[in-house]
Amino acid sequence: MSILTLIIKREFIAKVRNKSFIVMTFLSPLLFVGIAAFVGYLGSLKADVKTIAIHDETGIFAKEFKNSEEYHYLDLSAVDTKILRDSITTEGYAGLILIPKATDMNQLEKKVQFIANDSPSLGFLSDTEDVIARKITQINFENAKLDTLAIKNAQAKVDISVAKSSGEATLKGLNEIKIAIGGVFGYLIMMFIIIYGNMVMRSVIEEKTNRIIEIIISSVKPFQLMMGKIIGTSLAGVLQFFIWALLGMALMFIASAFFGVQAGPTANVPPEMMEQSGSMAQMYLKEMWNLPIATLISCFILYFVGGYFLYSSFYAAIGAAVDNETDSQQFLLPIIMPLILGVYIGFFTVINDPHGTIATVFSMVPLTSPIVMLMRIPFGVPWWQLVLSIVILFGTFILVVWFASKIYRVGILMYGKKPTWKEIFRWMKY
Amino acid sequence: MGNILEVKKVVKQYGDYVALNEVSLSVPKGSIYGLLGPNGAGKTSLIRIINQITMPDRGEILLDGERLKPEHVQNIGYLPEERGLYKSMKVGEQCLYLAQLKGLSHAEAKKQLTYWFDRLEIRGWWDKKIQELSKGMAQKIQFVVCVLHQPKLLIFDEPFSGFDPVNANLIKDEILELKKQGSTIIFSTHRMESVEELCDDIALIHKSNKLIEGKLDDVKRQYRTNSFEVGILSDNVEGLMYDITQKFTVGQTHFKSLNDELKLEIQLGNAKPNELLQVLTGRGQVTHFVEKIPSVNDIFIRTVSQNS
Repeated sequence: MSILTLIIKREFIAKVRNKSFIVMTFLSPLLFVGIAAFVGYLGSLKADVKTIAIHDETGIFAKEFKNSEEYHYLDLSAVDTKILRDSITTEGYAGLILIPKATDMNQLEKKVQFIANDSPSLGFLSDTEDVIARKITQINFENAKLDTLAIKNAQAKVDISVAKSSGEATLKGLNEIKIAIGGVFGYLIMMFIIIYGNMVMRSVIEEKTNRIIEIIISSVKPFQLMMGKIIGTSLAGVLQFFIWALLGMALMFIASAFFGVQAGPTANVPPEMMEQSGSMAQMYLKEMWNLPIATLISCFILYFVGGYFLYSSFYAAIGAAVDNETDSQQFLLPIIMPLILGVYIGFFTVINDPHGTIATVFSMVPLTSPIVMLMRIPFGVPWWQLVLSIVILFGTFILVVWFASKIYRVGILMYGKKPTWKEIFRWMKY
Repeated sequence: MGNILEVKKVVKQYGDYVALNEVSLSVPKGSIYGLLGPNGAGKTSLIRIINQITMPDRGEILLDGERLKPEHVQNIGYLPEERGLYKSMKVGEQCLYLAQLKGLSHAEAKKQLTYWFDRLEIRGWWDKKIQELSKGMAQKIQFVVCVLHQPKLLIFDEPFSGFDPVNANLIKDEILELKKQGSTIIFSTHRMESVEELCDDIALIHKSNKLIEGKLDDVKRQYRTNSFEVGILSDNVEGLMYDITQKFTVGQTHFKSLNDELKLEIQLGNAKPNELLQVLTGRGQVTHFVEKIPSVNDIFIRTVSQNS
């Protein structure tokens, strides 16, 4: 067996046998599902009903407010406003809508007040404004002797249906699904790079503090050791990803079987609506299948390997330069920054303009490309961009690994003091 | 016999700092070669270069007549001063791994390990983790790992540190046994009594330069001062002293004896020992007459302080 294979094997086994690896691998999918279920459960809980008092001196608007699941309206126009103001606290009303007397309805536009101790949600305010504005408009129409029914009939409602040039109908909201899928993959890559990069760093520091390093590099080249460590750890990462993918599929299967029973014909839904929702779900599913899943998964692996190799060379160099993890913080910051930048660009730029300049440029820059490009892939990326970005990524990796190995070679034999950036750069020349 | 290792004008610089300044060494085959020097002299730099951990800036190194190349790591066993093992790995697995890194096949590594574990009576440790072992126990494992692949050249940096006297003795015997079997040993230490006891040859490095090299006896001969320790029982001490100081330089000295004699250290200069003996025998009873041979410790201190 070659030396490199030996090192890779040892590093892989050391990682996989580690208790935290086993716990992470099998517990985190459960944790993930658990958190998702918990959030879903919280969402399904009914919010407390809030009571809103209305003091309507015109007597026109109070009946326009319809009780909803969240808000109950109480017409207290008969009660004096001063008492009402106090009652907000004493009676526990969430708020008080004050509509003053007005002869000309248009005067009301700026005169309605909402009084509450806690500031109301934006949605509630605009809903309230809508209700009042609609009524005023209606009254204005009536005053102008316009036929409100004719106006209502004349109002057009447009629903744009989205289609591809091939003529296939697509669904609105698909961008959200695409960004969600791309986002999950991009985020996974960031997590993997940070978690496994840290593992590489810790294992380098461990060899340094154990003082086994000098015994090992009297047998193997530091470069071999570093590469063996990076590759061995990455294999552990890929294994973990596959286990997660398998567990995820199993969980999906169980979940869909579970919900399939619930959504069966026994559910109290009119048949025509069932049909409609069924076909909608089918269309979404079909769209999901139309996503470049094979490209996505193979690119995930390529970008994971490339991005991880690139970053873990940095991590290895840092691990070699310091004596313990506490000292590494200062050097880690500049490494984590581009990763975070990548995620931000993904979520803020790619979703608005997946093929715009910023998204395209950052999907080429090797430090951010693993994240940004993966988020772009569901939107369809020209193959030449993919190839170019991967070539740049791996090219940079080779360059970085060369520099990192120089720092690594010197750093692993330096004990005691924390080096400065200047010293680290000087090591490259030794 | 020839030299197993030749270091020729090796220079190593770290930035502006010169760690080794044209250092040349010849290590004879089958010898125990003491590499001495104060802290920071450049010993570790040199040892790392021999192990190909770092490369020299200039100069060359020959192992058994061949220019040093990567495959040579299999012919060298190195026990560094800063040494340790993977804490959470089992002893057996770890030894197998390290032996395979030195180029041994799995089967052969296992065979050698069984031999050494039997020999040092540590068979029961195979499935233990290093963190369960004491420091001394871990040191034994490191020693085994270092010699396992039967290297031609062994480099021990402070091999006895961390051992209790019993185990230190055990390791010393193993070193002598390895020498008997034909290995050459480079031995770097600050314990001068071990150098005195074990080494055939020594070299002294100080401030990046080699100051002394040669057979231990030759070096001592070179450093001897032609002075003698003398014990004499005399009735007329004043007369004796007068006679001696006429010809020689005299100092006080101490050595253990059962008599209550006069103890002197006498510098002969260019004179022969017999001339001194004649003077002495004329004035009393000689109880002690030994040439004062410089110890490695003396040579070390003298050379280092002269060059500081």
